[in-house]
Amino acid sequence: MARAPHVIPGVDKNLLIKDAAKLLPDPARRGFLKGAASLGALTFLTGCDITDGVSAEKVLRQISRFNDCAQAVLLKRGLLAQTYPESAITRPFPFNAYYNLDEAPEVDPADYKLSVGGMVANNRPWTLDQLYALPQEKQITRHICVEGWSAIGSWTGVRLSEFLARVGADTRARYVWFRCAEGYSNTIDMATALHPQTQMTFRFDNEILPRAYGFPMKIRMPTKLGFKNPKYVVAMEVTNQDRGGYWENQGYNWFSGL
Amino acid sequence: MNAEALHTHDAPPIGRTAAPLVHPLWVRIAHWVNVVAMALMVTSGWRVYNASPLFGFEFPEAITLGGWLGGALMWHFAAMWLLAVNGLVYLTLGFVTGRFRHKLLPISPRAVIADVKAALTGHLSHDDLAVYNAVQRLLYAGIMVVGVVVVLSGLSIWKPVQLQELTALFGGYEAARYVHFACMAAIVAFVFIHVVMALLVPRSLRAMITGR
Repeated sequence: MARAPHVIPGVDKNLLIKDAAKLLPDPARRGFLKGAASLGALTFLTGCDITDGVSAEKVLRQISRFNDCAQAVLLKRGLLAQTYPESAITRPFPFNAYYNLDEAPEVDPADYKLSVGGMVANNRPWTLDQLYALPQEKQITRHICVEGWSAIGSWTGVRLSEFLARVGADTRARYVWFRCAEGYSNTIDMATALHPQTQMTFRFDNEILPRAYGFPMKIRMPTKLGFKNPKYVVAMEVTNQDRGGYWENQGYNWFSGL
Repeated sequence: MNAEALHTHDAPPIGRTAAPLVHPLWVRIAHWVNVVAMALMVTSGWRVYNASPLFGFEFPEAITLGGWLGGALMWHFAAMWLLAVNGLVYLTLGFVTGRFRHKLLPISPRAVIADVKAALTGHLSHDDLAVYNAVQRLLYAGIMVVGVVVVLSGLSIWKPVQLQELTALFGGYEAARYVHFACMAAIVAFVFIHVVMALLVPRSLRAMITGR
């Protein structure tokens, strides 16, 4: 099903899986529908073998694509996610990834350059100082994880729409794709990229974004599930090609809008 | 009409009875589609719950659907269409045909208490499947309300930004998760009682299959 997930070079794969062990599909079992064996009664009732992994998974993925469209229709462009007072911030804010914190990427701010590509007028890379110099704003919003938990955080940064305008992005393109230092990646729809609360984040809780939360830059989207909010972003591309993403390729819903 | 026809003949054809229709076809189809949809939603929902449990327990993996969180979510967000469309058709027909009014009303607290007492002492009759006792009326009407709330709380969790007014109605995202869980628990409890009763009164199961 999914492409082999990217891993951080030099990091033990077993360690990588540890944190998300209960969430990851067992590659040896491949189809995640084996767990459906207990639905034998249902198979009996319906007369068709819904535990037939390959075909069922194909249908489920098609419905998931249909749900992407349904969510794009549901998306009300100007509608803002609820914001909260400082007192509502979750402390400590959880760290969550498919690896442990000590395995998170360490980006050297002096060497950092954000590469910008695809359908943009100006594709020169951006240093951190250049990015920090752009107009910033703060949002205190709820981060909702695909696992179900949520936490309220404070993020400060540049509107992605502002940045896209400055690099002369063709906003008629369908997607914006992000690549991260550890190989994680994400594709989002242009409507969400232009949402006023979609932010290139440089600060968390008024401090420079710590390593745990994606130093030097994460993309914060209160209108999408947490895994669609990439951390350690090193490249972005404006494109008409859906390049998928780390979790999306494994089966999480692509749109994952809130 | 059938009964009249039978009277004008000497004897009814062998094997034919004039038993009244208890459940019209649309009720039976909606019922069994709902069984499938609910089974998919509940078992995949348990797997989703396990990814971030609200309480100090997890559901045994063997009785969950999906194999992992992503698989469970795919099942959940596929079966939701089946549940929602079937539920809408069922509720619409139930109101439009007057079936709910005729079958479920009135529900008086006094009748419910009396029938609970009768049931516990083994005196509650199921002779006429076409007429629901007060406990049945309360449970059938109640589970429909739970069904509506489980869908609305589910929408609140799925779309807490786009449907933020709805989510606020449940007291916010985190509260909506508890409401969604409580509705699931109510549905599972209902199914348990419902299945036990169907096994105790097998004619009622037959009626939900053949209609009579």
